[in-house]
Amino acid sequence: MSGAALAPDETPLRRFLADYAASPLALLGLLLLLLIAAAAILAPWIAPQDPYDLAQLDILDGKLPPGSPAGAGFTYWLGTDDQGRDMLSGILYGLRTSLGVGAGSAVLAGIVGGALGLLAGYAGGRTDGAIMRVVDLQLSFPAILAALMILAWLGKGVANVVLALVLVEWAYYARTVRGSALAERQRDYVEAARGLALPAWRVLFRHLAPNCAPTFIIVLTMQMARAVALEATLSFLGLGVPITEPSLGLLIANGSEYMLAGQYWISFYPGLALLLTIVAVNLVGDHLRDVLNPKLQA
Amino acid sequence: MTAFLLRRLLQAAFVMLAMSVLVFLGVFAIGDPVEILVSPQADQAERARIIADLGLDRPLWEQYLHFLGNALRGDLGRSFAYNEPALRLILHRLPATLELAASAMLIALVIGLPLGLFAGLPPRTLPLRVIVLVAGLCFSLPALWLARVLLDQLPGGAGPAAAAALALLALGLPAGLAAGVLPRDLPARAIMAGSILGFSLPTFWVGLLLIMVFAVQLGWLPSTGRGATVAVLGVEWSFLTADGIAHLILPALNLALFNISLMVRLVRAGVRETMLTEFVKFARAKGLSPRRIVLVHVLKAIMIPVVTVLGLEFGQTVAFSVVTESVFAWPGVGKLIVDSIYQLDRPVIVAYLMLIVLLFILINLAVDLAYSLLDPRVRLGGRA
Repeated sequence: MSGAALAPDETPLRRFLADYAASPLALLGLLLLLLIAAAAILAPWIAPQDPYDLAQLDILDGKLPPGSPAGAGFTYWLGTDDQGRDMLSGILYGLRTSLGVGAGSAVLAGIVGGALGLLAGYAGGRTDGAIMRVVDLQLSFPAILAALMILAWLGKGVANVVLALVLVEWAYYARTVRGSALAERQRDYVEAARGLALPAWRVLFRHLAPNCAPTFIIVLTMQMARAVALEATLSFLGLGVPITEPSLGLLIANGSEYMLAGQYWISFYPGLALLLTIVAVNLVGDHLRDVLNPKLQA
Repeated sequence: MTAFLLRRLLQAAFVMLAMSVLVFLGVFAIGDPVEILVSPQADQAERARIIADLGLDRPLWEQYLHFLGNALRGDLGRSFAYNEPALRLILHRLPATLELAASAMLIALVIGLPLGLFAGLPPRTLPLRVIVLVAGLCFSLPALWLARVLLDQLPGGAGPAAAAALALLALGLPAGLAAGVLPRDLPARAIMAGSILGFSLPTFWVGLLLIMVFAVQLGWLPSTGRGATVAVLGVEWSFLTADGIAHLILPALNLALFNISLMVRLVRAGVRETMLTEFVKFARAKGLSPRRIVLVHVLKAIMIPVVTVLGLEFGQTVAFSVVTESVFAWPGVGKLIVDSIYQLDRPVIVAYLMLIVLLFILINLAVDLAYSLLDPRVRLGGRA
């Protein structure tokens, strides 16, 4: 936190919330993100049809434009794909996979990378050197290629995509968290905690970690947006999630061949949903960075 | 300077060696090429002969040493699928990718630098308003076009939702910009909001949209391939023919999207920081014109991060062309590598990855050298 004194009734949390609410754009992003997350979680209850229950699909309804009535009594608001699957339902279910993979890999990579970064920053010396060399090596290689290679090795699958994303993303957390751990280590409270002869893990996780949280949260949101986009890209290239659990990227890939024939909705709407998701996460992350960055708080 | 260069070269060689081990082990773990290469009808002896031919029967470390020895002589193995030296296969395709990536970087610089410059400068100056309006129009006209096309040409009232979404976007952003011309820093904020959008757009989806609008609906530009090429110095280039340029525009624009946003943010941050420094205050006190201050003094100071990021991003752009090339069927190395992964064509994958590693090392080296030329402190400090 910055050096400015807090008013008696002002807790850091309240102050953070007030700072965050100051930007309407960021609030809009948060609202959008919550809506999207709710839609993804509630998909089985709000989707007009279960897009993966073949009994509910009618192949004769294939490639209908948006707004066409369905035989089952509802309307295909976003049209249907070549299998006669309602695109709206497909997108809602696709969001589950996309968001699940994105959030899951961001959090897992955050735990691994964050812990290693803390350790590197706190321990310094040879531990720091060893961890950071690996981080440098990792960051010097483009993430998309590393992920492609890992998936070529592991094969398709939701768990494999998460693993690949964790392997390519942990280094970002490690580098950032190490930076703040290095700065925090000089502080008096760390000195005091060590003076009390507390075990190292306690100093690390109870004292140092919470104070590195702001930077960690910023990287977490940014990397989550990246993970969602990367997963979509990998699935689009055909090396991501399997056809049984299609994410938005796979839906776009499936529709791409019909785009040239003018049946744009099969890949247009999943792409729009993907775009909105990433924009929402980025808006939140971008503003969080402004709010939580102590350098910008005068 | 020589010592600096030598030390960097030594480091580069070491990283290259480390990466060669990683890449070799990594690629070795990818599938079993024998299953794909040997026909199911082949008998045991035939199978064994092919495996021995490819050197797949020897222990891993021996295969690696063999690979390393050949690699040092410039031989990265033969492609299983094309039965051609992997390196030649890649070098043959490399110009197409480099051309695409370089065009994308150029577009990013031409669009991103002015936008970032003006987003970072203090508001309430005339050129700012003009640039903002022009940029707003540049953005909104194609988007409105797209909305109209969606509305008009798509079958049976199908377009309204899509058209509405796009029109909202197209009108909203310039409206925000226009509104921003009067109040203090809104235009800058609008550019920043636009750059978030640029960061968020899924590249492959935008590529599909570009194809749909400009190739399918409007028929203005071709959507696949490189078009006519001209051989210069024994290499085929697209950008020297009108047809080639027409083929280049869509994929290059698609690939540039991310870099434009990055450039805007980078330049804006640099300008804002630099405008507060002593030397700018001094230049102002000396009575230099604002134009000279910005275009000479400020621009020079922000060139260091711009050069760094441009350089580092070039490698990323080459790597990311995997996606763009797949969308636009651009016959470069990106498309080749995706095909090779499907076919488990190990030598090509290894050769490609080694080339990318080499590219990154060379880029880092070049950026370091450019640094030491632009900023004497780096050179004098002898920083490794």
